[in-house]
Amino acid sequence: MPSLGADMEDGTFVEWHVEPGQDVTRGQVICVVETQKGAIDVEIWEGGVLAKLTASPGQKIPVGQVMALVATGGEDWKSIAAAAPSPPPSGEPRPETPGRETIQRPAAVVAASGAVPPSSQRLKVSPAARRRAQELGIDLAAVKPSGTLGAISIADVELAAAAKKPPDRQAAMRAAIAAAMSRSNREIPHYYLATEINVERALTWLEKRNAAVPIGARALFAAVELKAVALALRETPELNGFYESGAFRPGPGMHLGVAVSLRGGGLVAPALHDVDKLSLADLMARLKDLLRRARSGQLRSSEMSDPTITVTNLGDLGVETVFGVIYPPQVALVGIGRSTMKPCVIDGAIVPARVVHATISADHRVSDGMRGARFLVELDRLLQQPEGLA
Amino acid sequence: MSGTVRINYRDALRQGLREALLRDPRVFLMGEDVGRYGGSYAVSKGLLEEFGDERIRDTPLSESAFVGAGIGAALNGMRPIVEVMTVNFSLLALDQIMNNAATLRHMSGGQLNVPVVIRMTTGAGRQLAAQHSHSLEGWYAHIPGLRIVAPATLEDARGMLFTALQDPDPVLIFEHALLLNVEGDIAADPQPVDIDYAAVRREGTDVSLITYGGSLLKTMQAAAELAEDGVSAEVIDLRTLRPLDDATIVASVAKTHRAVIVDEGWKSGGLSAEIMARILEQAFYELDAPPARVCGAEVPVPYAKHLEDAAIPQVAGIVAAARNLVK
Repeated sequence: MPSLGADMEDGTFVEWHVEPGQDVTRGQVICVVETQKGAIDVEIWEGGVLAKLTASPGQKIPVGQVMALVATGGEDWKSIAAAAPSPPPSGEPRPETPGRETIQRPAAVVAASGAVPPSSQRLKVSPAARRRAQELGIDLAAVKPSGTLGAISIADVELAAAAKKPPDRQAAMRAAIAAAMSRSNREIPHYYLATEINVERALTWLEKRNAAVPIGARALFAAVELKAVALALRETPELNGFYESGAFRPGPGMHLGVAVSLRGGGLVAPALHDVDKLSLADLMARLKDLLRRARSGQLRSSEMSDPTITVTNLGDLGVETVFGVIYPPQVALVGIGRSTMKPCVIDGAIVPARVVHATISADHRVSDGMRGARFLVELDRLLQQPEGLA
Repeated sequence: MSGTVRINYRDALRQGLREALLRDPRVFLMGEDVGRYGGSYAVSKGLLEEFGDERIRDTPLSESAFVGAGIGAALNGMRPIVEVMTVNFSLLALDQIMNNAATLRHMSGGQLNVPVVIRMTTGAGRQLAAQHSHSLEGWYAHIPGLRIVAPATLEDARGMLFTALQDPDPVLIFEHALLLNVEGDIAADPQPVDIDYAAVRREGTDVSLITYGGSLLKTMQAAAELAEDGVSAEVIDLRTLRPLDDATIVASVAKTHRAVIVDEGWKSGGLSAEIMARILEQAFYELDAPPARVCGAEVPVPYAKHLEDAAIPQVAGIVAAARNLVK
């Protein structure tokens, strides 16, 4: 089970798109997993032959647990499938970074002690039913037993769960955002920088470009800004990557997480990959596709899990400046506000020009203000030469 | 070449023997009455005529002597198949099997190995009374250094012997007496079979029935009756009793959450106890009901038909045990 976000602990398996014996290639969508952020198409990272599918629909699977086995490099998938051990019971601890453990342990202990009443009034519950009740958040004291020897069985727990009202998707997403942002504010020493960037040239250039192409090929200024951010990151790679286990790990590419607010409320920030290498036309096409899929809940696993930095653009909403909260384990967040017409002093003369406020929130464990400033200066420089962003 | 043949378990065993003798000149068979008499259970009938008395050797009535001779031959490069009439008499050779065959690789620091295969009949059901009817394979499965297999199907009856002969260490094959006349259709062209993994003989979702050897057919019949009753039982044929294929057992229990172990051996300190312990160690959180056992009654197997039937697992008992777990 891939981690589809820093705050994700488990996912509910929905369906397979493949079957044992089938060839798969890296990047192929092989299954769907339901998370607090909606249903995600999960891509496979290894090419080969699928040997065995261990995840089944409806199963709640902790991050890091095996979902399927793949035969690679000419291995015989049938013998792998035959030799495959069953997946470890999901009650087993999974590998975690020390940081996560310290956060999550207390919650687990609380849940366990809540489920096990004092021994004087000990409930008879089958081990599997006890685990299922924890998964479903069912209070065992309220479950009516019907199993062997008068014990509560899985079926009893599931009956009790069916009687409860279905979980609130909105609330779950809110809780996920709350968890990630709380962690960010608790753990990450943010520093904030802001600068005003004259975008008159860039906007004029874009308007001219858009006028010359069909409506479908027109680009948003947001795409121009994303391209500029990606190129500026080449100057300051320490803003692009992850802080994990006490050390910075540079991102494998300029994968910009694009903050998208959802119609029903809530927020996702899926990645646009290798933005620095995309032409503006390609970038716009991908952005459009990403926004559409984000809003219809069809994001892919790689998009959810691997943004190396997040860009939030509240331009449409009419505020000039946004200081973001870093999405862990990323180490920086770029904020871009609405473009507004301002009087600017250029070459000693006051002229009207459109400007945006660009900000950066960055992790002081990894970078210092000078480097953040270097990034914003580079971003400004790139936006003064919009032809270079095409 | 392709197609199937109608065959019984006894003939399948004989086919396995013939094939082993034909394929490897180091292979020979010895035991009480395996030659002129054709084997106490007629498994080796006709082999003396075909292969001669160098390779089909009648031995004196001394299990310790001829099992020991087999071990010695194996140590010296042969691939002996030693037939012991029944597991009950193998106790006379237990010293050879345990103190020599099972230990020599370890005690010689890997300098010696004992590629002997010892076949023996096991099990009750033929009114042969206690001294001929016990199922002691669980005892042998206790011993490190041995591999213990129990062919329950015609394919395994035919194929396990040759695979066992490829093992560099001692393998004991337990053939249940009640299976000898069981008939069925199998591929005319023998395929190699493994002696490593358990097999799921019937898939199901509600309860895992774990068994081997002579109890497999009864368990399959119980599963069929349970199905009529709306209970989907999975049947696991262990095939190899040592080392046990824990992964297959645990995977099945993880699916069904309930387990019934069917073993003609006694419960106390038996193979069924070991399997249950492993389920509890490795799949505790998968269990939705206490694991159950259907085993031989803790008495010497009686002679009287009705008492013998009552003393070993029967279909009705397996069905009842499974029903009790699946509410």
